[in-house]
Amino acid sequence: MAKITYHTYDNKTHSIDVQNGLTVMEGAIQNDIPGIDADCGGGMACATCHVYVKEDWLDKLPNKEDGEEDMLDMAFEPKNNSRLSCQLIVSDELDGLEVNIPSKQG
Amino acid sequence: MNKTDVLIIGAGPTGLFCAHQLGIIGLSCEIVDNLDKAGGQCIELYPDKPIYDIPAVPECTGEELTNNLLQQIKPFNVKFHLNERVEELKKVENRWNVKTSGGVEFDVAAIVIAGGVGSFEPRKFPVKECEKFEGDSLFYSIKDKSIFKDKTISIFGGGDSALDWAIELSNTSSVNLIHRRDGFSGAESSVQKVKELNDQGNLNLFTKYQMDSVSGDKQIETIKIKHDEGEIKEIKSDYVLGFFGLIMQLGPILDWGLNIDKKTVQVNTENFETNVQGIFAIGDICSYPGKLKLILSGFHEGALAARGCFKYAKPDEKLRFEFTTTSKAAQERLGIKK
Repeated sequence: MAKITYHTYDNKTHSIDVQNGLTVMEGAIQNDIPGIDADCGGGMACATCHVYVKEDWLDKLPNKEDGEEDMLDMAFEPKNNSRLSCQLIVSDELDGLEVNIPSKQG
Repeated sequence: MNKTDVLIIGAGPTGLFCAHQLGIIGLSCEIVDNLDKAGGQCIELYPDKPIYDIPAVPECTGEELTNNLLQQIKPFNVKFHLNERVEELKKVENRWNVKTSGGVEFDVAAIVIAGGVGSFEPRKFPVKECEKFEGDSLFYSIKDKSIFKDKTISIFGGGDSALDWAIELSNTSSVNLIHRRDGFSGAESSVQKVKELNDQGNLNLFTKYQMDSVSGDKQIETIKIKHDEGEIKEIKSDYVLGFFGLIMQLGPILDWGLNIDKKTVQVNTENFETNVQGIFAIGDICSYPGKLKLILSGFHEGALAARGCFKYAKPDEKLRFEFTTTSKAAQERLGIKK
């Protein structure tokens, strides 16, 4: 279990306990947090679960696979701290992770 | 006016198999899809990626699955209307009048929405002013490349479309290729070619830059691009092209009076009819308790929706359940000669 904090574009903060093994994307979808579409359902094929990771977490997360960076090219306003939330698998190590959800997914 | 029993919206695997099931029970159908080919997400998002959970098919790619489904519905001569998006539905007595973006009209007894997560539309620039120039001097696809001759074109993106067009247009235009990082997702040979053209001065490559703003009166005159580190460059540009792939949008389906929840259409699980009589929804676009977004679930949903359509298409007949193994009628429809 890890506490994940989602900052949504409407300036609200949602802190959720997400079970290990789920993705950060699933944590948002299952808890009705707005702004994550996840059209492809977690297949790294659509870039609509794009989040900005809080800077101090960037180095602590597992590295991106090749396909993730390619998909981020398609994301709406990608930045250096962009990740696809479907590729972030929750574990105890992610406890305290904070992500910002962009204004749009495309 | 195209008159048929059922209109299927969406030519993905679910829509294609539903056409098969309609054909088996003796109903005619036509299929509309916004893409230029059949296959839906399987073809657009993962043609080469393997799928391992199609029953009795240990492994196949999205493209193979699509081709097999097309092969399977061949006997029914289903008519496809590609590059068309369904815009309007109107109930006329017991039937539906349907109109597409390209002006194609249908008169049908029932409609099956197999629209996945919506129709594929190009992803656009986040910069608001871009809308003003869209279709005039800013494009997300190219219809007539002759307008670019001897002009300055700024192309954004790092995939095959961006690279291929940058290479091609560099023959007749002055091309700037702008991409958000040093790596590209397009073919390595194209990346090398672009780098060569850049070294030879036949193309200007800007990496780690993204669109900052566009300006101009009626047409685009200049654009500003911003580096990762904050530096801003202004470049003269007659045209801007953005190639960021496609995104799925629900579009006009939202206006048809259906019960919609989180981009999905609510259906019953008896025949996958929506809250509107004669409109069914199957595949990724439908929702019900326990819904799984799997292709195999879409096949099941399509089989039941096809039978649900029967009473609208042939109100005076009774549908008898039969197996293709033993049904003479089904085998005739499949064109099987004994």
